[in-house]
Amino acid sequence: MLNNIYNIFFIPEIFLACSSFVCLLFGLFLKKNAFRQTSNLAVFVLLLTILLVYYDSESNFANYKSLFSHSSFINFFKILALLGSIASIIISKDYFLGIKLKNFEIPVLFLFSTLGMMLMIASNNLMSMYLAIELQSLSLYVAAAIKRDSISSAESGVKYFILGALSSGILLYGFSLIYGFTGSMNFNEISFYLSKYDNLNLGLIFGLVFVMVGLAFKVSAVPFHMWTPDVYEGAPNSITGFFAIVPKIAAVALIYRFCLVPFENFYLEWSQIILFLSIASMFLGAIAAIAQSNIKRLLAYSSIGHIGYILIALVAANDDGIKAASIYMFSYMIMNVAIFAILLSLKVKNEYLINISDLKGLSKSNPIVSLSISIIMLSMAGIPPFIGFFGKFYVFIAAIEQELYVLSVLGVLASVISAFYYLRIIKIMYFDEGKSEGIINFQISFQSKIILFLSLFLIICFIFYPSLLINISASLTI
Amino acid sequence: MVLYSLTFYLFSSVAVLSALMVISAKNPVHSVLFLILSFVNASGLFVLLGAEFLAMILVVVYVGAVAVLFLFVVMMLDINFVKLREGFLQYLPFGALLGIVLVIELGILFLTDRSSNIYNNQTPLQPIVNEVENTKMIGQILYTEYFYLFQICGIILLVAMIGSITLTLRDKGGVKRQNIDSQNTVDASTAIEKKKVKIGEGI
Amino acid sequence: MSEFLFEYLPILIFIFIALALAVGMTLLSFVVGDSQPDQEKLSAYECGFEAFDDARGRFDVRFYLVAILFIIFDLEVAFLFPWAVTLGKIGLFGFWSMMIFLTVLTIGFIYEWKKGALEWE
Repeated sequence: MLNNIYNIFFIPEIFLACSSFVCLLFGLFLKKNAFRQTSNLAVFVLLLTILLVYYDSESNFANYKSLFSHSSFINFFKILALLGSIASIIISKDYFLGIKLKNFEIPVLFLFSTLGMMLMIASNNLMSMYLAIELQSLSLYVAAAIKRDSISSAESGVKYFILGALSSGILLYGFSLIYGFTGSMNFNEISFYLSKYDNLNLGLIFGLVFVMVGLAFKVSAVPFHMWTPDVYEGAPNSITGFFAIVPKIAAVALIYRFCLVPFENFYLEWSQIILFLSIASMFLGAIAAIAQSNIKRLLAYSSIGHIGYILIALVAANDDGIKAASIYMFSYMIMNVAIFAILLSLKVKNEYLINISDLKGLSKSNPIVSLSISIIMLSMAGIPPFIGFFGKFYVFIAAIEQELYVLSVLGVLASVISAFYYLRIIKIMYFDEGKSEGIINFQISFQSKIILFLSLFLIICFIFYPSLLINISASLTI
Repeated sequence: MVLYSLTFYLFSSVAVLSALMVISAKNPVHSVLFLILSFVNASGLFVLLGAEFLAMILVVVYVGAVAVLFLFVVMMLDINFVKLREGFLQYLPFGALLGIVLVIELGILFLTDRSSNIYNNQTPLQPIVNEVENTKMIGQILYTEYFYLFQICGIILLVAMIGSITLTLRDKGGVKRQNIDSQNTVDASTAIEKKKVKIGEGI
Repeated sequence: MSEFLFEYLPILIFIFIALALAVGMTLLSFVVGDSQPDQEKLSAYECGFEAFDDARGRFDVRFYLVAILFIIFDLEVAFLFPWAVTLGKIGLFGFWSMMIFLTVLTIGFIYEWKKGALEWE
C-alpha cells in the first residue's frame, strides 16, 4: 500500500489538505499583505488541485477501505466545486480589502471548506459523508460570521450554525437508523444488502426520510430553505457569493449519489420526497423572489428555485438526469460567478450595492455593466440562446423521457413566473427614471475582470459549441 | 438481572427528570448543573449497554469541558432569562407536537422491529460480544481502518480552533507585553543615558 | 455482558451509598431538627446589605476562548486513549496515523501561539 510514499501527495484531497496547512502557516508568518498573498496562494493551490483531479492517478490508497469513491461524475463535480471556489476567491479579494476585512484566515477557511466539499462529493460511506459535511459547514459558519462588528453578519452566522447543527442532527438520526437496519455504513454494501428485498421496512424508510431532510437543508430545498435568505442577506457580500456558488454544487452531488447508490433500487421511496422538494422549491423560489427589494435575498430565492430544477433531474433518475444535472450545475455556477463578480464591484454612494432599486438608470451611466447584468438575468431566467437555457432544456428532456409530464409542465410554469423578477431587474435598469450618474460607480480589478469576461463569454457563446460540455456530461457515471 | 434493570431505571429516570429540570429550572446556572447530572446518567446508561469508552468520553468531554463552557456562556451573557422564558408556553404546543411525533415514531420502530421482512431469514445484527475490550476494539480500527476519517477529525478540530480564534480574539490596544528577548539584549548603551547636570539645576 | 458489568459493581455500590447518605442526612435533619422559620432569618443581617446588582456580570470573551481551546485539546486527548491501549496491535501505520493527527493539531497550536490567543494581558 505504501510502496511509493510520494504518490500519496498526488491524491487531490491529501494535496489540498497539506497545502491548506501551508497556506495557514504562510499567512501566519507574513507581516505585510497577508490577506492578499494568502488568497493568491490559495488560488494557486486550487488550480494545482484541479490538475490533480483531472489527471487523477487512481492510486489504491485513495480508495483505502472504500471510504471514498471514484467515478467520472465525482471528478466532474469536484472540478466544478474547485472552479467555483477559485472564481469566488478571486472576485471577492477586492471586496474584502474594500471593507477592511483582511483576515488571512478567510481564504484558508475557503480552502478547508472546499476540501470538505470534495470529500462530500466523493464520500462512499455514511461516516465519511457526515464528517465531510461537518468540515465543509464548520468552515462556512465561521465565514458567515467573520465580520465581527456587524450584527447582521453575526446573526447570519448564528442562524446558519443553529440550523446547520439541527440538520446534522437529523442526518445523524437517519444514518443511525440506516446503519441499525442494514448493518453497514458503506454505500455499496447497503445497496447490496437492500438488493435482496423488494421493499424497505419502516425503520429504513424513516432513516431515508431523515437523511433526505438533512440533505434538503444542505441544498436549501423548500421547506427546509428558511435559513438561506437570512444567511445570504446577513453575511458579507463576498461570503454570500461563495455560499451561492460552491456549497450547492457539493450538496447536489451528494444528494444524487446518496439516492442513486445505496438506494438505487428504491426509486419509489425517495422519488416522492424529491418530487415534493423540487416542486415546492421551484414555486417558492419563483414567487417569494418577486417581493424582494434586496438583491442578495433575491439571489437566495433564485438559488432555491434553481435547486428545484436540479431536483427534477434527480426524479428522472436516468442517465439523462445525471447529464442534465451536471449541465445545469455548470450553468448555475457560471451565472452566479458572473453576477457576483459584478455585484462585488458595484458601489452606490461608496457603499456596495444592496437594494435593487439603486440600479435605476444604470443603463445610462454604465451601459456595458447593465448589458452584462441583463444577459445574466436572461440566462438565469432560462431564455435562449444563453447557457441557462441549456440547463433547463436538458432537465426537461430528462423529465419527459421518464414520462414525468406533469412535473415538466409545472417546471416550465415556475420558470415563467420566475422570469418576471429577472426581467424586472432589467426593466429597472433600462426604463426606470433615476439618476445614477456619479452615484453608482463600477470598479473592478484586473483578475475579477478576467473571471467576469470568461463567465460572460461562456454564457453567451455556449450555444456555438455546446457539444463539448454535453459530451462530457453524457459520459458521466455515478 | 434484577440489579441490571434496577440500575437501568435509576439512571434513565434520573436522566429524564434532570433533562426536564434543565428546561424548567428558573436559574440558568441550575439548568447547567442539571444538564451535567443528565450527562452523568447518560454515561451510566452507556456503561450498561457495554459502551465503556463512550461513557468515559461523555464524562471527560461533556461533563468536563462542554458543561463548563455552558457555565461560562451562561455567566458571560448578561441576558434577562425571565424575559427569555416568556415565550416558553407559547411554543409549548408545537414542541409537544414534535415530541409526540418522535415518540410515535420510536413506538412504530419498536413494534415493527421483529416482524419486518428484513430480519425474516437471518439473525438480527447484534453488538459484538466483547471478548476484546471496548476501548481496544475502537482503537484497533479507528487509526488504521478509518485512517481517513480520523485525519478528517483532526482537520475539523483545526478548523474549530481557527474559527474560535478569528471570531473571538481581539487585540486590545495599549497593552504592554513582556519581551524577553529585548530585555535580555539590553546593554549599557541603550539602557543608560549619561547627562551632564549643572550644579544647582535639574535635568 | 453481565460479567463485564460486574467490574462496575463497586461503583454502583458507591453510588447507592452516596445516594443513601445524601438523602438520609437531609431527611434526618429535616425530620429531627428544630425548625422555626422566620422572615427575618432570610434577610440581610446587620453588616450585610441588599444586593446592588445581579451577580452575573459580563465576562471577558477571553475566558470563553480559553474554554473552547481547552475543549479542542480535550477531544484530542480523547482520541489518544484507544490509541495508547492498542498501540501494540495497530503497528507502525497506527503509530504514524496518530502522529499525523497530532501534527495537524500542532499546526493549530502554532497558529494559536503566534496569534497570541494564549496570552493574557
